[in-house]
Amino acid sequence: MSMLLVQALNGLQFGVLLFLVAAGLSLVFGVMDLINLAHGVQYMLGAYVAATLGVWTGSFWLGALLSLPVALLVGLALEWLVFRHLYRRDHLSQVLATFGVILTVEEATRALWGSAPQTVLEPSGLTGGAMGGVEIIAGLIYPTYRLVIIGVGIVVPLLLWFLVERTRAGMLVRAGATHPAMVSALGVDIRRLFTVVFAFGAMLAGFAGALASPIFPVAPGMGDTVLILCFVVIVIGGVGSIRGAFIAALLVGLLDTVGRAMLPDLLRLLLDPSSARQTGAALASMLVYIVMAAILFFRPAGLFPGGRSA
Amino acid sequence: MTAPLRKHGLALVTLLALAAAPFLGFGDGFALSLLSRAMILGMAAVSLSLLVGGAGLVSLGHAATMGIGAYAVVAFDAAGVNEGLIVFPAAIAAAAAYALVTGAVSLRTSGVHFIMITLAFGQMAFFTTSSFSSLGGDDGYTLYARTEWLGMRIMDNRLTFHFLCLGLLALVWAGGSLLLGSRFGRVLRAARENPQRVLAVGFQPYPYRLVAYVMAGAVGGLSGALLANATEFVSPALLSWTRSGELLFMVILGGVGQLGGAILGALAIVLLEETLSHLLVYWRLVFGPLLVLSVLFLPDGLIGAPLRLRAAFRFASPKRRNADA
Amino acid sequence: MNRRSFLTKTAATATVAATGGFAFAPSVAQAQGQAVKVAFVGTLSGPGAALGTHLRDGWLAGVKRLNNQLGGRAVETLVIDDELKPDVAVSKVRAALERDKVDFVVGVVFSNMLQAIVRPVTESNTFLITANAGPSTLAGKGCSPFLFSSAYQNDQPHATMGQAAQDLGYKRVFILVPNYQAGKDAVAGFRSRYKGEVVDEIYVPLSQLDFSTEVTKIAAAKPDAIFTFMPGALGVNLVRQYRQAGLANIPFLSTFTVDESTLPAQGESALDFYTAATWAPNFDNPHSRRFVQEFEAAYGYVPSNFAAHAYDAAHMLDAAIRRTNGDVADKAALRTALEAGDFPSVRGALRLGPNHFPIQDFWLCKVAKRADGKFQTETVRKVLSADADGYAAACKMG
Repeated sequence: MSMLLVQALNGLQFGVLLFLVAAGLSLVFGVMDLINLAHGVQYMLGAYVAATLGVWTGSFWLGALLSLPVALLVGLALEWLVFRHLYRRDHLSQVLATFGVILTVEEATRALWGSAPQTVLEPSGLTGGAMGGVEIIAGLIYPTYRLVIIGVGIVVPLLLWFLVERTRAGMLVRAGATHPAMVSALGVDIRRLFTVVFAFGAMLAGFAGALASPIFPVAPGMGDTVLILCFVVIVIGGVGSIRGAFIAALLVGLLDTVGRAMLPDLLRLLLDPSSARQTGAALASMLVYIVMAAILFFRPAGLFPGGRSA
Repeated sequence: MTAPLRKHGLALVTLLALAAAPFLGFGDGFALSLLSRAMILGMAAVSLSLLVGGAGLVSLGHAATMGIGAYAVVAFDAAGVNEGLIVFPAAIAAAAAYALVTGAVSLRTSGVHFIMITLAFGQMAFFTTSSFSSLGGDDGYTLYARTEWLGMRIMDNRLTFHFLCLGLLALVWAGGSLLLGSRFGRVLRAARENPQRVLAVGFQPYPYRLVAYVMAGAVGGLSGALLANATEFVSPALLSWTRSGELLFMVILGGVGQLGGAILGALAIVLLEETLSHLLVYWRLVFGPLLVLSVLFLPDGLIGAPLRLRAAFRFASPKRRNADA
Repeated sequence: MNRRSFLTKTAATATVAATGGFAFAPSVAQAQGQAVKVAFVGTLSGPGAALGTHLRDGWLAGVKRLNNQLGGRAVETLVIDDELKPDVAVSKVRAALERDKVDFVVGVVFSNMLQAIVRPVTESNTFLITANAGPSTLAGKGCSPFLFSSAYQNDQPHATMGQAAQDLGYKRVFILVPNYQAGKDAVAGFRSRYKGEVVDEIYVPLSQLDFSTEVTKIAAAKPDAIFTFMPGALGVNLVRQYRQAGLANIPFLSTFTVDESTLPAQGESALDFYTAATWAPNFDNPHSRRFVQEFEAAYGYVPSNFAAHAYDAAHMLDAAIRRTNGDVADKAALRTALEAGDFPSVRGALRLGPNHFPIQDFWLCKVAKRADGKFQTETVRKVLSADADGYAAACKMG
């Protein structure tokens, strides 16, 4: 039972990371109708910059903090160079162009940092030492850092909800998502709006990468797996819906993590350890896609459809 | 008479060039295997282009049909059967069956959701093949022998294999183009543009799309079986979404409007990858931007390049510009 | 923004990118026509990258020691990164064989990579010297006249640890390995000599980095010792999390988990943990001492078993090519020369068995901190003498 609890917490933590990346992707898709495959490299760059700056400054948290403006700048640069020329293009062209961006940025990363995984500093606690763990139930120590990530997963969505639902900027974003032509006709600089949304999404993804760096290997391909799961999240949650992305992300995170941990053990009742692990891993990986297909079968527009009328 | 020639001109020239290539300096074993691989991928890309350009169905799981065809060859090889008359029809049938089952479900959705469901099925196929430990699982499988035809090892000769692939590629392209031009193709294309209208006229898009999907799957299976022979090594990676993505990029790069674009796209990507990786260590730093530039400057893909160049030429020379204006 | 500024922008970016790409042109030395071409295949990206780096540097150090010659002929090394993907390995090795026409293939960190390339290489009558991977399938039934090992057969270090566990009197052992052929070989090897109770046998995915589940299970089971085989990043994370969970009082018996490729990252966490190996940097023979000295001077880190075996591979090829007087085309003569197996190894006495795998001593080693602050493994005692792998009998090379 305690095993299940640990895995559930791990699943929530993974879900939070997925949400941070998927939120930006969903916003960009919802507001600008842009399929941005290169969103995954924003996540990767966030991790790389955080790792490097962390080692350089000697503090993980400082490195993570400093990586945010860098992620923002990179997002802005990419938007200016490539993405703003794609807003009016069809989805397929966007797909090819952003794929080209992925290749370029990943290769540049390989050139600058090498292909081997990066060294990441252990996040330090309030007292400066190792973060340690929290005893949730008797005998079970859960790393504090992962609890911090879950905490972030509560704060950031609330912040985003507040921004989108209760501020003027958020209102513009919502309006732009539903009817960009009208918003432009009303005199709002839609170009600036798009840039801001894009950059913000990029920063969120970079932040997720920074948070993920102590847990997942910081290597050139790290954005790709996250990207595909994020598309699953968006489709399940409904395009353009932050609330949908949140729920879907937690769902996907839980399914993926708990499935991976529990299915092989369940199968050990039937098969030998090695085959159980192999089949279990296969089934666990498929689980997310099976659930997605099932959800789409009953709710083809996702759980919380955005309702784009443009 | 000249209209179809002009329309398909670039594709025809490419096929002719591929036929002449072995005699123009690309005759050594390595070059032939490279071209064969490009043509096989081109075949799969053409079948995908039928779906994407013709029917408006963007499938992100097409590599699975290739993988199933390849694994059919592997399964028979593991059982000691190498006879082409058994193996190839089985490979094509298996891939078509997969397309039928997955298509029946996927085609109930559209747009982004269709893309994701095809991705989901593709991933399921990928993970399933990873769990076949008797066929190598994740580590892959090395074929013991290439497919024989009535006992004859004609596929072992690189040159024969090259022309076999070229012939099949030309056949698939011609067949697909004819299909798109036929009544069936017209319904398909109309459904891509405006499904409501098609329904109003009295046609159901669904059966037409399913038939197209199954045919594309069958061609995918054929190309997969050929690929297994070409590389003599098959691993689940062949079914992953990244390979489906690559096929899609070949279609888009080449130009979605025509089937011939897929051939160009496949050749371009395979040959560029090979040449660039030999010249530079970090070759994707050039390849990536090239893809981006192609999207920005060649909106109709490579197959639309001659028209674009001609337009740019006209733009550049002032006299002509005034004459047109 | 207009077309012209856009064009300028893209042209500028493209030039920068291309220059960047060119700046790191492939490091293949210009073909000298007479040079012997060797393709080095190793995992140089992903979690196993450190192992590939050690293997490659060991090979290059060996070649350098031999004045960039093998058997008197100049040598050109083509370094290939297999990315731990079998399809990538196969296509790159095929290109090396067909386009670059290499004379030898050496390297291979992971057994599944070796399995993927062994037939393309040997079926083209090219010699493949493995300086690490040695799966049981290729030492027995699947052996080939063109496949040689300068390292060990996968079962042996694990059998050494099994014997050591048996000798040390541990009654209940917990086993934890990754789920691939080498992992399964590790368990088989350990259990071939350890006769006590195996409390539990867990197989984790090769990409796993979080061992909280497994560490919790170990704490709950309270075994006499644990046996684990976790190469590369797997080992780094396991050792750290094991020590963090306060389990260091349970003896940590391992193979390829705490070695010089992972010690820099593990540091104090790995102190006094055990490993089984064919060689350790504190080996006291002149050949070994010179190797360690020159390696550290050139690369700045302590060499591991991987580097040592690759270094030996260079010397193995050198001795063989010297025997055939520089002729690499006469495959039969080369094969006989390689089988003679008399080359100066850092491990001291070494000879090759009938299946082309070495017959050698195995040691129990412990992690220690050097005076200069660096970590290394040090020999505790010899466990197996002149040990031959158990698959040689099944090998019918003819």
